[in-house]
Amino acid sequence: MSKVDASETRPQPSSLVADVDRLVVVPRRNYGIWIGTALTLVLSFFILRAFAVNPAFGWETAAGYLFHPSIMRGLLNTLILTVVIMALAIIIGTVVAVMRVSPSPVLRGFAGAYVWFFRGVPALIQLIFWFNLALLVREFSLTLPFVGEVFSIRTNDFMTPFFSAVVALSLCEAGYMAEIIRAGIKSVPSGQSEAASALGMPYRNILKRIVLPQAMRFVVPPTGNEAINLLKMTSLVTFIAVDDLFYSAQSIYARTFETIPLLIVVAFWYLAVVSIMSVGQHFLERHFGRSETRTDSWALRVVRNAIGSRAKEFSA
Amino acid sequence: MSNTPSENRVRFGVPENSMVFARGVRKSYGQLEVLKGVDIDVPTGSVACIIGPSGSGKSTFLRCINHLEKLTGGILLVDGAFVGYDLRDDRLYEVKDDELCQRRAEIGMLFQSFNLFSHMTVMENLIEAPIHVRRMPAEQAKAEALELLARVGLSEKVDRYPRELSGGQQQRVAIARAMAMKPKVLLFDEPTSALDPELVGEVLQVMRDLAEAGMTMVVVTHEIGFAREIGDQLIFMDGGVIVEQGDPREMIANPQSPRTREFLSKVL
Repeated sequence: MSKVDASETRPQPSSLVADVDRLVVVPRRNYGIWIGTALTLVLSFFILRAFAVNPAFGWETAAGYLFHPSIMRGLLNTLILTVVIMALAIIIGTVVAVMRVSPSPVLRGFAGAYVWFFRGVPALIQLIFWFNLALLVREFSLTLPFVGEVFSIRTNDFMTPFFSAVVALSLCEAGYMAEIIRAGIKSVPSGQSEAASALGMPYRNILKRIVLPQAMRFVVPPTGNEAINLLKMTSLVTFIAVDDLFYSAQSIYARTFETIPLLIVVAFWYLAVVSIMSVGQHFLERHFGRSETRTDSWALRVVRNAIGSRAKEFSA
Repeated sequence: MSNTPSENRVRFGVPENSMVFARGVRKSYGQLEVLKGVDIDVPTGSVACIIGPSGSGKSTFLRCINHLEKLTGGILLVDGAFVGYDLRDDRLYEVKDDELCQRRAEIGMLFQSFNLFSHMTVMENLIEAPIHVRRMPAEQAKAEALELLARVGLSEKVDRYPRELSGGQQQRVAIARAMAMKPKVLLFDEPTSALDPELVGEVLQVMRDLAEAGMTMVVVTHEIGFAREIGDQLIFMDGGVIVEQGDPREMIANPQSPRTREFLSKVL
């Protein structure tokens, strides 16, 4: 008796579905986003108007200087500095990073001190220091017993502004690169070098053929960032009169007083090069990431995770 | 010149057919003594299985055999000779890195986590050490690698990367990689512990084939069934010492020590 009652009061399934289909969905109103959007639009308008109507920006003057020969020469020098310094920093940084993971406490200590010093002292101060090396060391000479003086060179003769810039910024940047490469080396599981040892590979081969190639995958993305940072950091060489992009602009506006237009030219070129580098970095990362994603399918990752968790169970 | 097998045989009483000979092997990490005097004899062509709970020192002992860990006491000879030392005038001189590498190359080792070089294909994994340690011509190394891959049943995976293989396949490639160095002895450090249960069998089958072909093997394992079937001797370690050793079938059927009995009752 009671069973029959219950089935009568309950709505039929088909009518329930029809009811739900008739319901209207009212989207939530997010007033915060509306207000934010409006404020941003107003702000953008004022910024654009300020750029457009203020004649002191001198857009036409800036456009005229964009491909000025001395600006072009400065840009070229900036690019050369960036490439040379980055290449040296990678080489020195790799050496320092390998020292930092070496079994010898002296090598580790020396490398640690290197990173501590060159990362800790501002780049500008290092730059001016190397430029003034002659105040510290007047000349470099090599004298051998029985042979006499082999060569002697005055510090000022080779410590040109360009050379000091390369030395100072390479050493400084190498401090950062060393940390990046060290992190890359640490990211390679210790089982890899253990297996290589067990196969009879000597330490130098293990580093060169097993550890460093695998570290590369982790090293490339932050190295791209460092290269972009370095490009901008080279503008510091203006202080020791290296003829870079910023210095060329400065020497023009020192004569013509068109300060703002020339700063716009400089900013434009830095932005342009950084944009190109960012695109390059994107492709580089995708290239290195592809070898991972192509082979490391979702299913395989699940399997490996399962194996990994099993391994933990066993060791526990 | 010393450290020749014949001299050591006389001096330390090493049996004629000994592949691994350990007497009083000790190993400490600072205050912690992991191995407290281990004696083991593994005759050439035999299979020794080492079982024991975690932290019993069995993996450490295995790593002492190929000098991945330095002993803090005792002697350990492989094929009658020290691995990490030369014995001259009653002193053990540590050998140079390159010499150690050459001696280590004769002792193959397999790991729980396979440790295939993940940036190299299966073929590159197999020819890396033969070419760069043994100075073998590349063509010969490749030909031998293909033969070994056929032996472990993975010929079609030659150009794959390790992460494209299952755990069982990776461990079989790792065995082929170790065999490519033509080792005198193979050390297995829990080779199937990281595998899904249905993949254990394929790895054990490869190990069974190697044992039947006369390979000397020292196997740290939890696979009691494998030890019973393939092992020529079973060694139970606990707390850095050997509690019991003997014929696997007898020992499993009738363990003498209560500690062995307790351990076997848990893993069987």
